[in-house]
Amino acid sequence: MSDKILELKNVSKIYGSLKALADINLSVNAGDWLSIMGPSGSGKTTMINIIGCMDTPSLGNVILDGVDISKENAANLTRIRRNKIGLIFQQFHLISYLTAVENVMVAQYYHSMPDEEEAMEALAKVGLQDRAHHLPAQLSGGEQQRVCIARALINSPQILLGDEPTGNLDEENEAIVVDIFRRLHDEGVTIIIVTHDPEVGDVAQRKIILEHGKIVNDIDQSATFGEALKLRN
Amino acid sequence: MFWRMIFKTLARQKSKMLMIAFTVILGVSLSTAMMNVMLGVGDKVNRELKVYGANITVRHKDAALMSDLYGLTEGLGVNDKFLYEEDIFKLKTIFWGFNILDFVPMLDGHAILSVKGRAGIVGDVSIFGTWSEKHAILSTGEELSTGLKSLRTWWDVKGEWIGENENDAVMIGHLLATQNKIHVGDAITLSNNGVIKNYIVKGIYNDGGNADDKILMTLPAVQELMVLQGKISSIEVSALTTPDNDLARKAAQDPKSLSPDEYETWYCTAYVSAICHQIQEVIRDGVAKPVRQVAESEGTILNKTTLLMILITILSSIGSALAISNLITASVIERSQELGLLKALGAYNWQIALLVLLEVMITGLFGGILGYFLGIGFAQIIGQTVFGSYIEIARMVILIVAVILFFVTLLGSVPAIRYLMALKPTEVLHGK
Ligand SMILES: Nc1ncnc2c1ncn2[C@@H]1O[C@H](COP(=O)(O)OP(=O)(O)OP(=O)(O)O)[C@@H](O)[C@H]1O
Ligand SMILES: [Mg+2]
Repeated sequence: MSDKILELKNVSKIYGSLKALADINLSVNAGDWLSIMGPSGSGKTTMINIIGCMDTPSLGNVILDGVDISKENAANLTRIRRNKIGLIFQQFHLISYLTAVENVMVAQYYHSMPDEEEAMEALAKVGLQDRAHHLPAQLSGGEQQRVCIARALINSPQILLGDEPTGNLDEENEAIVVDIFRRLHDEGVTIIIVTHDPEVGDVAQRKIILEHGKIVNDIDQSATFGEALKLRN
Repeated sequence: MFWRMIFKTLARQKSKMLMIAFTVILGVSLSTAMMNVMLGVGDKVNRELKVYGANITVRHKDAALMSDLYGLTEGLGVNDKFLYEEDIFKLKTIFWGFNILDFVPMLDGHAILSVKGRAGIVGDVSIFGTWSEKHAILSTGEELSTGLKSLRTWWDVKGEWIGENENDAVMIGHLLATQNKIHVGDAITLSNNGVIKNYIVKGIYNDGGNADDKILMTLPAVQELMVLQGKISSIEVSALTTPDNDLARKAAQDPKSLSPDEYETWYCTAYVSAICHQIQEVIRDGVAKPVRQVAESEGTILNKTTLLMILITILSSIGSALAISNLITASVIERSQELGLLKALGAYNWQIALLVLLEVMITGLFGGILGYFLGIGFAQIIGQTVFGSYIEIARMVILIVAVILFFVTLLGSVPAIRYLMALKPTEVLHGK
């Protein structure tokens, strides 16, 4: 029990007559790297939103770090999210008029206290210390996504959630980002990534495939884990 | 961080924030001007209306009764009941003494007129004695400066007004003058019961009313001619008054019908009836009556002006609230992705609401300060063009305008805040 960071029990999300998620059971161990794949409309984003405390299931329970979040109110969900979850998005969502380091500090501000030094360290971790005072528009897509990762990590979340974080990146930047994930995994962060890219899906320890809101395949990849998508030097 | 975000947002949303500031400037300047004028205008309108003459007359109680019964106007009818000249300065000692702007004694009489250098007499004419101007120092040390000149500002005078102590000079109404071909500089003789005196015509006045066939003299001159030393027939009083309300009307019927508390309130408010009541307390045998038309129209005009100003202030506030509300809502919708992101990053609803509110409030504050000073300028322009005088700036207006502005921006922000409260981060962050 103790190493289970996340457990979904009979989780369904129902929109009218549509079951975006249908009776999902899933448990994830702390420090796992899980990828979620599946065709468009299969419920991947819906699942990530529920795990990320941005949505609640229609039925079932979600236990995050020992706490059932399926019936919490919005304010409590916000509090849990700011303390436990780091989010990365396909479209990066950086605030356009704030510099890279300021974007990281926004997350600090809403968590506790902005600390420029700490924010700079986080940027250094993703290799962007030189670009810290640039605006998002002055950064490449890969660099923007790395700022986004630095922002997601600044408050040391237990779980890093990404909805197609490499969807807008070319191969090279994809490899850089995956490399960062690998390092985070080594540090013990639980990583859950939605992806369409088979290569990105394959680097995880475990891969689940969703179809019509159901888990149709749950693949253990620990044998090949660490092989694919090594950063080309 | 918080302030950095606020100021960077403000800078980025320059055009919208400028529009909000502009709306606020407009609303605040209008409200400031209106309120300053409104608060300063009570006296101004009253002073304006004062040109129509006295608003209270004091007569002997028997003479007043006769005029009530038979509709006789001042100067006609009962002539053998008089007030005492020595009582007149007591007017300034009443509770509302400061509100008494001008007052003059009147002594009516008649005399046989003849013109020097012409044969025969013109006939029996009405005369009246008063203060053309009066300067005195009261027992309280207050300096008094009044006279008929201030009460008959509309008079068209050929020649000159008679001076304060010119007991041998007269002014003649223009009807009497033209009928008898009397000119400025002519010498005339007036006689009454054996008293015969010579005078110089110093001016000819056009009143436009029933004074135009009379002769105006100094009070001592008429007292001498009529042998009525120390006596006056009436007093004309011009006082600043508060518009009547139900209490004032009840008191005007009978002050004794008031409860002690009501009496106190009434007595200490500058109602015409309260001032009349107080005048009667100091003028022996006197009955003070408001000259109805004037006293009432003053109140109505004042009420109407105030109402108009309040209406303009309210309308401009509503207009500002609507405009601000549109601008803020548009700004929030435009930024919904950014605000949704803040929520996803862990911002509570109230934190985001506070962020937006502060943006608006800061913009509003700048606009408000600018608008306030602009409004003071407007108030002075209105004061100069409409009332011909400087308008006193009431400090209270700052407070009132600030409170109105605060609520207007708050109210204007309601739709935007409701929108961002309902905003779900999942809806704006995954949009492709
Ligand atoms: N707010 C909503 N209201 C109604 N239906 C919704 C809503 N959100 C998602 N859905 C539906 O739920 C299903 C799953 O959506 P979801 O976004 O989870 O798919 P996805 O697997 O992320 O697809 P993609 O790969 O295209 O991002 C879809 O059929 C979608 O139309
Ligand atoms: Mg999706």
